Amino acid sequence: MHMADALIAPAVAATMYAASGVTTAYSIKKVRLENDPKKIPTMGIMSAFVFAAQMINFTIPGTGSSGHLCGGLLLSILLGPYAGFLSMVSVLLIQCLLFADGGLLALGANIWNMAFYGCFVGYLLIYRPLTGKTINKKSIMIASVLGSVISLQLGAFSVTLETLFSGITALSFGQFLALMQPIHLAIGTVEGLITGAVVIFLYNTRPELIQKGAPEGSYSFKKVMVIMGIAVLLIGGGLSLAASQHPDGLEWSIEKITGNTELAAKDTYSDAVQSAEKIQEKTAILPDYSFPDSNSPVGTSFSGIIGAGIVAVLTIGCGVLFKMFRRKDSTAE
Amino acid sequence: MAKITDAIFAVHELEEMAERKTEVNRVHPLVKLVVTLIYMIIVVSFQRYNFFGLFPFIIYPVILLKLSDIPLKTCLKKISGLIPLLLFIGIFNPIFDRTPVFILGRVGISGGAISMVTLFLKGMYCISASFLLIATTGIDGICYALRLLHVPNLLVTQFLLTYRYITVLMAEANDVYQAYSLRAPGEKGVKYKIWGSLLGQLLLRSIDRAGNLYESMLLRGFNGEFTYIRKTRMQDKDYAYLALWLGIFAALFIGIKILVR
Repeated sequence: MHMADALIAPAVAATMYAASGVTTAYSIKKVRLENDPKKIPTMGIMSAFVFAAQMINFTIPGTGSSGHLCGGLLLSILLGPYAGFLSMVSVLLIQCLLFADGGLLALGANIWNMAFYGCFVGYLLIYRPLTGKTINKKSIMIASVLGSVISLQLGAFSVTLETLFSGITALSFGQFLALMQPIHLAIGTVEGLITGAVVIFLYNTRPELIQKGAPEGSYSFKKVMVIMGIAVLLIGGGLSLAASQHPDGLEWSIEKITGNTELAAKDTYSDAVQSAEKIQEKTAILPDYSFPDSNSPVGTSFSGIIGAGIVAVLTIGCGVLFKMFRRKDSTAE
Repeated sequence: MAKITDAIFAVHELEEMAERKTEVNRVHPLVKLVVTLIYMIIVVSFQRYNFFGLFPFIIYPVILLKLSDIPLKTCLKKISGLIPLLLFIGIFNPIFDRTPVFILGRVGISGGAISMVTLFLKGMYCISASFLLIATTGIDGICYALRLLHVPNLLVTQFLLTYRYITVLMAEANDVYQAYSLRAPGEKGVKYKIWGSLLGQLLLRSIDRAGNLYESMLLRGFNGEFTYIRKTRMQDKDYAYLALWLGIFAALFIGIKILVR
């Protein structure tokens, strides 16, 4: 699901950098507060492990194709969400610098799409509440699969939005979305199964390595998350049983669209894209951010900075809300 | 298996390139990082139909390739990895967007064809720019530049450690995978039943390795900050390199604007 530099407009790149930057800064603060000197080398080795593990192919039973690990959720289970997020940042930076997977400008977007959702939504909001009260093989597996599926759905949705807002292609937003979500449902399920299998192995052999679940009393989250999970499953439109033979769901989705749209290309463009553009124009705070006159990067970066500012305020707002909830929780206990 | 050995090879190859002593290798890492980022921002800020504006910016990778003595083949190999993704996304543009915007002789060139080529150019420029940055600077140099930009120490140290250990752990993963493949001939990947134990064993070994690493770092006096051997100050030639490229980018930009009018 790596976004490439060529697919992202400067304003979108700046906005995503700001969002990921704020999350990174907050995570660094949290890890520093833990004051565990052993944490940095452990994070380094764990990122390297995830990187190496990504290269091993796992056969998906009954399909003949194979999948691999992404790692955000696994790293969070082992290191906690904040250290897990920072480790994923390293993995993504290495992929972009050494293996041309993603790109330097698209790094902010890739961190957001792959690390943020896995560590903060997949782990903090789904895995931890689900395994908090009773931790056993079953709850680990359910939590891992649900956590991975939902994070990958959100990631895929973000990729679609970022591509649309970048205005790089004539791709139809509706169709792109309709194919991105189901294929990432399949990828998320496999990712969840692998993560679950590894965590169960650790739970049996070295249970002390797994991060403790949420404190008792926060299980009301469970209901919310189950509802959210069902909603995402509905959006995804059912599990795509024929898992992709292609290593990357993003590429597969695009290939699928090309195959499907050859006949009705013109009509689809005029309807779907135009309506998407209309929605974009109406909802966007800065509708002209992509500037029809290409020779105005100053204007583009200006709107990028404003976009970044808005995201920063939103993220800080979320952080404050999180803190308030935490305080409420701790006083309740 | 080939995937893992290829990746290990790629890391070593980049390291060797970064170790050389060409003129570009000697430029301060921070300057190279800043120039690369400015170049990439300029490249992606071009609108999708602006092929003629974008084309002259090929000058940056071409000159840098020459100066750094990196074989074109190596750079093209990096670019080729991106081609499928660009092709899948770019292929829509000629299908959806058929309005002719430009007449070449008797043939009308559609907006879609131009935007597809532009997308390709952007992809190639960005990939080659970041490849040339890493191939002439190395990860150590980039980490040093990041520290100068006040990127927090925790993040940079962690990243550097990851980098130092990826080849070690990839080699280990390769051994595990090879041992499995030899005992399971004809299988495409690892069987479902041992997903957990295969990765889990590798993980346990990695965790133990992290413990040993931490102890040996402490014994060598690690105090939370890596010491960079190549700590260098910016010199006149570094400022000249920065000014030269910024001048070229500005001249191209202004030139294109005048020509288009």
